[in-house]
Amino acid sequence: MSAEPEAPIGTTQVPLEQTDVRRLRVYRYERGGGAERFDEFDVPVGPHTTVLDALLWIKLHRDQSLTLRHSCLHASCGTCGVQVDGREELACVCSVHDHGAEITVEPLANLPILADLVVDMNGFFARFPHEHPIIRASEAPTGPHDGEVDADPHHAEVTLHHHPLHHQHRAAPPGADFMRLEDCIECGLCVSACPVASTSYEYVGPAALGAAERLLEEPRGVKREDVLEWASRPEGVWRCHVGLECTRACPTDAIPAERIMALRRELIFGHDDRKDDQ
Amino acid sequence: MSDAPTNGLPGTAERGVPGPVHHKGPGPAESGWFEPRGRGRGGRALALHRVTGLLIVVYLYLHLGVLSMLLIGRSTWSSFLSLVTAKSFLALEAVLIAAVLFHGLNGIRVALIGSGIAVNRERALFWAGFAIATAGAIFAALHVLGAL
Repeated sequence: MSAEPEAPIGTTQVPLEQTDVRRLRVYRYERGGGAERFDEFDVPVGPHTTVLDALLWIKLHRDQSLTLRHSCLHASCGTCGVQVDGREELACVCSVHDHGAEITVEPLANLPILADLVVDMNGFFARFPHEHPIIRASEAPTGPHDGEVDADPHHAEVTLHHHPLHHQHRAAPPGADFMRLEDCIECGLCVSACPVASTSYEYVGPAALGAAERLLEEPRGVKREDVLEWASRPEGVWRCHVGLECTRACPTDAIPAERIMALRRELIFGHDDRKDDQ
Repeated sequence: MSDAPTNGLPGTAERGVPGPVHHKGPGPAESGWFEPRGRGRGGRALALHRVTGLLIVVYLYLHLGVLSMLLIGRSTWSSFLSLVTAKSFLALEAVLIAAVLFHGLNGIRVALIGSGIAVNRERALFWAGFAIATAGAIFAALHVLGAL
């Protein structure tokens, strides 16, 4: 399919002049619609065109049946995860200029495909520990006394009342170096990148184990023994073979591999009470 | 075709069929760890660790098989030795030494990271192991080829 001189689409406000053409090889699959295949499209691109822009251009101008999923357009929702030239990316922030003249776009690996570039995330979320709270502390609603921070900035206490999981005080130690798993957007890129998840359907995967380790840091009423028992199952932390691809693929630097190793350290050497006293 | 109940709408039965699972790797799902595209240092180290591990296992059985030639007789063993002491065969020995060195040193790296001891030293451990394995393999190659 050839591209006509149409203006490329883009999410930015800069002038959208066409500067180049990229050929996209896009994975196609429709249930009941025959075998998997790749379709090729020549897409006009501008200086700021992302892979998602290019896919939307294809859907608007070439093939309306192309199925893809996206929402926020700024790497917050985690719905547009795909493989671009074999590497996991959020399509909305992946520039076509970071790739060559021909770009291969495939759905995430290790999750069942619903259609074209859309995978079924049910299996991904089912891997999380049951204790994984739906509402994170930082997102809990605030009331008259909720979210109040102690006047002493060196020993801040935040009280959360509204959610049953948050009936407790959270104490922030002075100079605490908070990690960013709170920023996990549950996009599934880590499970797709994980070489072990490719070969083991039972492995719960990096995101779920990272969430479990986060529960140890901020238990919210959950017993640490339960979390550790869940994580120490054969399909848990011991299945990881230290490929570290999950941390590399993570678009929000949630460092799931380091979380898995922290769980292992806790299981091998036990809990370091000195951390709590700091 | 799926046994899922249909509501009479066209395509409902087809949509009930689970889709395929996309895998990395050049072959069946089990080869996903060997996918070279899009891999970083950790993924490539894991793949190389497995390849060298398989190589060492194959060599072990080959070695045991070769040793069984001693049961056949002195002349058979002597003629075999003249073959394996050729320069071309000794070069393969250098490859084996490189594989053993990388596998062993990377194994130490994996153990240190995997137990949570040296997670933040992953990069340094990899390159240190790689450098030692390379230097050791070069030294061994020169030695077995008679240059030292």
